[in-house]
Amino acid sequence: MIYLDNNASTALDPEVREAMNAALELYGNPSSVHSAGRRARRAIEEAREEVALLVGARSEEIFFTSGGTESNALAIFGTIARARGRIVTSAAEHPSVREPVARLAEAGFETASVSPDRSGALDPAKVADAALPGTLLVSVMAANNEYGGLYPILAIAAEARERGIAIHTDAVQAAGRVSIDVASWGVDLLSLSAHKIHGPKGTGALYVRHGVTLEPHTPGGGQERRIRAGTENTIGIVGFGIAARLARERLSSEPAQIGRRRDRLEMGILETIPGTTAVGAGTPRLPNTSAILFDGLSGDALLFRLDLEGIAVSVGSACSSGTLAPSPAILALGFSREQAKGVVRFSLSRLTTDEEIERVLRILPGLVADARAARSRGPSPATVPADA
Amino acid sequence: MRVAVAMSGGVDSSVAALLLKEAGHEVVGLSMQLWDHSSDSARTGRCCTLDDLSDARRVAWTLDVPHYVVNLEDEFREDVVRPFVASYLAGETPIPCSACNSKVKFATLWDRARAMGCDAVATGHYARIGSDPASGRPVLMKGIDPDKDQSYFLYDLTAEQLAAARFPVGSLTKAQVRAHARRANLPTADKEESQEICFVPAGTRAGEFVEATAPGFGLPLPTVPGTVENARGERLGEHGGHFRFTVGQRRGLGVSAPERLYVISIDPAANRVVVGGAAEIESLEAEVTDLSFPSGERPLGSFRAGVRIRHRAAEVPATVTPRADGTARVVFDRPVKAAAPGQSCVFYRGDVVLGGGVLGRR
Repeated sequence: MIYLDNNASTALDPEVREAMNAALELYGNPSSVHSAGRRARRAIEEAREEVALLVGARSEEIFFTSGGTESNALAIFGTIARARGRIVTSAAEHPSVREPVARLAEAGFETASVSPDRSGALDPAKVADAALPGTLLVSVMAANNEYGGLYPILAIAAEARERGIAIHTDAVQAAGRVSIDVASWGVDLLSLSAHKIHGPKGTGALYVRHGVTLEPHTPGGGQERRIRAGTENTIGIVGFGIAARLARERLSSEPAQIGRRRDRLEMGILETIPGTTAVGAGTPRLPNTSAILFDGLSGDALLFRLDLEGIAVSVGSACSSGTLAPSPAILALGFSREQAKGVVRFSLSRLTTDEEIERVLRILPGLVADARAARSRGPSPATVPADA
Repeated sequence: MRVAVAMSGGVDSSVAALLLKEAGHEVVGLSMQLWDHSSDSARTGRCCTLDDLSDARRVAWTLDVPHYVVNLEDEFREDVVRPFVASYLAGETPIPCSACNSKVKFATLWDRARAMGCDAVATGHYARIGSDPASGRPVLMKGIDPDKDQSYFLYDLTAEQLAAARFPVGSLTKAQVRAHARRANLPTADKEESQEICFVPAGTRAGEFVEATAPGFGLPLPTVPGTVENARGERLGEHGGHFRFTVGQRRGLGVSAPERLYVISIDPAANRVVVGGAAEIESLEAEVTDLSFPSGERPLGSFRAGVRIRHRAAEVPATVTPRADGTARVVFDRPVKAAAPGQSCVFYRGDVVLGGGVLGRR
């Protein structure tokens, strides 16, 4: 299989797998005082160090969660539980930010969302304009999952801090692909997920800047410094730690290599297939992501066809039914529903090879032509003699 | 051959996939997400719920075939639900299943299937495809099982759609279909069937659905109350919206009379429901619009046919006279009861579906 859906999830790194296998023996409860507990605790704290290093944080500022979704929920609900006020987000956020904010809007909170422009760029001045007096929290993703757009977190955070507004960023897609430094970014809260960086699913983290207080959303034992109760997922956290270290070590060389392959894929598609546009290509974006708008094509049909050929890509946003709806992020850029349905996302990883890119470029033009022909033919009316 | 099977999560389409797979075809399962049921309070027994989708997925796992869910909510809303609501507001009693078959399953879904390199699209309908001995063209035929025959809902497929369609269970009885499903351990073997309109929440009447959704489509609702009258124009009572009634309806008229009263016609322009006695719902003639002939050839003159004016109704012998404008006059050999505008009027010769259209108003 040629796997080009790394923004959805990534393959477990062999080194991560090995460490997790070893961690299966760390059955002690990390909160226990005895040696079995202490061994597990030590493994978790070593992982915490690694995750902290990946984003330039101190280890006591890292709180493990079940993943990016929980981190985002904890950041948002944990902030608003302490005070009331307006919440500002981008219109292209992941559902795990969009939905909590929508729920708060239903509960009477004032909310605003700022759309990126058609090029994919998000104007920090517009975010600042939306952050009216009384704003409590600004939550803007560091990198968009659908087209890879990088949002100007530095500028947004600087403005927020100036006004005393808490600033959260969902950095789930950014981690391991661009360098993250919480201090220079100036964010208060930052969400991470292990499985986007060749770590395991079910593990994530929230960075909480020292001095920022959050209301825990899961009452229970006092784990994770009372922020997130529940016995720690030792195996997952150990895997996350290794994945974070590998991501940090590889950051200086690999994103550039991945970017070259992405560019080769994207240029190849744009050159050989008419009626194609690379969404967000004119704005800073992740090196591994290419969202291609195919005119006159149902992206899902192309996705299914590619799957039958052993090539994994994605379209839109998957819902509980496994169905594909037009991506809200693409719609937020101002594309029509019809256009958004024609956007296919190719997301690469360090495991993507030149040969794989060349194979995709060889077969894609024919598949796209087939899919377009199928659509333009449509059902024909019954043939009726004109003189009948 | 690569064949797409429209898998609803029911036993019929599950067995359709099974039989095609066993016949050596490369089967691709496609399920359609057509309607957002998340706001319905009662969701069981409906088509395309999450439960149905997961049933279809489990069947695909059992058969070891790829399975995809296609989101056709936009198309379904515009091509099936909107016309359904508009038809009720025009005083008719529409059949959304026919539109779903010809405008969605064998149109948009078939487009997707073709784009995936499929050569045909199969469903779990109880209908058969034969071939015309003279022309060799495919003809649409009734399913073998008279209790299950669904040819009535398929008459408006075009010749091209018919050429691509496969109905693997059409030559089986329901009992045989269940037996196949049990033999292959399909998880849907004993699943009950849903026969109501899939997008109308269980326990909700069509009229309530029309009232609730018309504003969202920008379709104006009539003012209420309207009047209930007899054929002589005498006012007998009031009604809360003509779209809540259907021709032939006997209950819930809100009018007391010495004889049994039936709705004999609905006059949306005057917001009037006309009621009358049993004799008044009978008719010897019907006007039919939007004629369609699945063979692709429209007969040039009058022809004799067995005619059904509703699903499962007995066929009545009749003479059909098509006109050049796509309408026809149907003269029945004996009176039919409650020919409701908006219902399909389907012409049969033996097991063959000659064609059909939509009943117009009298």
